[in-house]
Amino acid sequence: MKGVIHPAESGKARWEREVLEPALARAPERPGPFTTISGRPIERLYTAEDVAGLDYARDIGHPGEYPYVRGIHPTGYRGKLWTMRQFAGFGTPEETNQRYKDLIAAGGTGLSVAFDLPTLMGRDPDHPLCLGEVGKCGVNITSLADMERLFEGISLADITTSMTINSPAPMIFAMYLVVAEKQGADWKKISGTIQNDILKEFIAQKEYIFPPRPSMRLITDIFGFCAKEVPKWNTISVSGYHIREAGSTSLQELAFTLRDGLEYVQYGVDAGLDVDDFVPRISFFFNSHSDFFEEIAKYRAARKLWADAMKHRFGAKNPRSWQLRFHTQTAGVSLTAQQPYNNVVRTALQALAAVLGGTNSLHTNSLDEALALPTKETATIALRTQQIIAHESGVTNVVDPLGGSYFVEKLTRDMEEGTLKYWEAIDRMGGMVEAIELGYPQKEIAEASYQFQQAVERREKVIVGVNDFVQADEKPIEILYIDDTTAERQLARLAELKRTRDHDRVQRALDGLRQAARGRDNTMPPLLECVRAYATVGEMCDALREVWGEYEETPVI
Amino acid sequence: MSQKIRVVIAKPGLDGHDRGAKVIARALRDAGMEVIYTGLRQTPEQIVSAALQEDADVIGLSILSGAHMHICPRVVELLKEKGLDDVQVVVGGIIPDQDVPKLNALGITGIFIPGTPMQEIVDFITGHARARV
Repeated sequence: MKGVIHPAESGKARWEREVLEPALARAPERPGPFTTISGRPIERLYTAEDVAGLDYARDIGHPGEYPYVRGIHPTGYRGKLWTMRQFAGFGTPEETNQRYKDLIAAGGTGLSVAFDLPTLMGRDPDHPLCLGEVGKCGVNITSLADMERLFEGISLADITTSMTINSPAPMIFAMYLVVAEKQGADWKKISGTIQNDILKEFIAQKEYIFPPRPSMRLITDIFGFCAKEVPKWNTISVSGYHIREAGSTSLQELAFTLRDGLEYVQYGVDAGLDVDDFVPRISFFFNSHSDFFEEIAKYRAARKLWADAMKHRFGAKNPRSWQLRFHTQTAGVSLTAQQPYNNVVRTALQALAAVLGGTNSLHTNSLDEALALPTKETATIALRTQQIIAHESGVTNVVDPLGGSYFVEKLTRDMEEGTLKYWEAIDRMGGMVEAIELGYPQKEIAEASYQFQQAVERREKVIVGVNDFVQADEKPIEILYIDDTTAERQLARLAELKRTRDHDRVQRALDGLRQAARGRDNTMPPLLECVRAYATVGEMCDALREVWGEYEETPVI
Repeated sequence: MSQKIRVVIAKPGLDGHDRGAKVIARALRDAGMEVIYTGLRQTPEQIVSAALQEDADVIGLSILSGAHMHICPRVVELLKEKGLDDVQVVVGGIIPDQDVPKLNALGITGIFIPGTPMQEIVDFITGHARARV
């Protein structure tokens, strides 16, 4: 690396001959394999030779400067710490509202809403497929009335909210906007994020409703609407988290997620939007898994890949379009049901990797999440973990402390090159929508997930407490148990709502939505009218199901 | 090849997290079983009808959403109605300890939480699948 690390030959060959070989002769290394959790082989030692091809100014750069490998902020976390955003939601809107107030009181700095499966799938609680699902994995939101209960006593002008919602993102976002409006908050000033990333649903998480193309149209409608009406809103959080949880490697997570991002930008451009009008509001969401350095390299490479693609592939001129901002969540899939207290340690290491990789926002999982949704106590420990990293570890004093590490810079470069290869393959297929229709990313992930499981079975990969260091006499821990009263309550409320609202207004609003869906008008204004009329999530999604149909996948094993 | 154990792997409910279901489907197939994966969002009725059509010896349900105490009793009840009582039902996913005795009472003894070795599941199914005639 010119100008930073001495480019001279590091004498590795001499060292291997004179120092390493005699040492190995005396004491051989452990059998290995020395690979990352994604199966990437790792060398014994990295030296200046490994980064000799890198040019510091061109390939890395200082923090806050293109290509942003070292971060998008010149001051790192010395200016502003990352947002500590704990994902939460369960049961009724009132119960979740209370959890939010507890998290804010404990020092949480942003809200993050977890919805239940009926809401995520655009079904009202009285649909037969919702049996046993209401309020279980998140909070149930059926209509605007529930959204009003969810944010009761919380000023939307003063807090940012992230909402993990995808297929019904436009409906839920419209509800949020109407609640803000009723509170007197200015749409031009409020901020937050909707996940709104349908491509990773087709690839990994599988919470899709409509086919890919109308789904993409809903997303570009939001891009267009927000550029005018809600300019500070993050319109999409392009997500690798779920791709990784589904079993991808670290590289696949990076490559597929950023390629999804390129697809959204392309669809926005094709819909007639100017790149610099909507790209600055695109954000990302990555996983932080257990392989410390590979994760750090992933985040650093992500920033460079995005900056290069926006600048050169799309001709973006605004530096804000080049800057990749991302949220991170520690890896839920790495948590073990066995010896669950060990999960605090796993989460702390994963959180540290995210911070050293320059995350802008972070969720840390709770120790009991392989068993249930977290209790108030375990959710607090998870938040405290972030506070300890921020305020005790000292890592926030310096920007990108691992910059210049031979190993980290080489790994960052390898992640970048691997991603470009995946992109070439996907571009050849015609794009990500086409690749998904061919089942390509789905197959890649299923294969990686099976390979990893095989490695665990063979004990090539040790999972403490699961396939090694097992403890026979474990005592169960206390977990959050969600009973069925939520379903009963939400069903009663739905019946009450249908009795009391203006039936004709609801029908007119739903007709307006169908009409927009059949034509080319932006779907957000008719959705806002549906929400104001107290149409339910299920009714709004059904109106669109009538026009666009439902997607069904061919499973890939 | 009528000696092969026939397994229907199903994802009931609204959840789309299919990593476990797919890994186990492949592991059972590699262990020499005939595996039919139903895909996502199957109702208990669809699952039992698949078991009937496929002449299944075992139904494997993958449930992570907390809906197991609604879905499992319904599957067992429907199997009885169709005279398929001898089809062994196993469940994998996030199952709290307190629900295990209730599932056992339904005749479901193969309950596999995260971290269970695949070989343990293969062995359980091999030992408990209904005898083929």
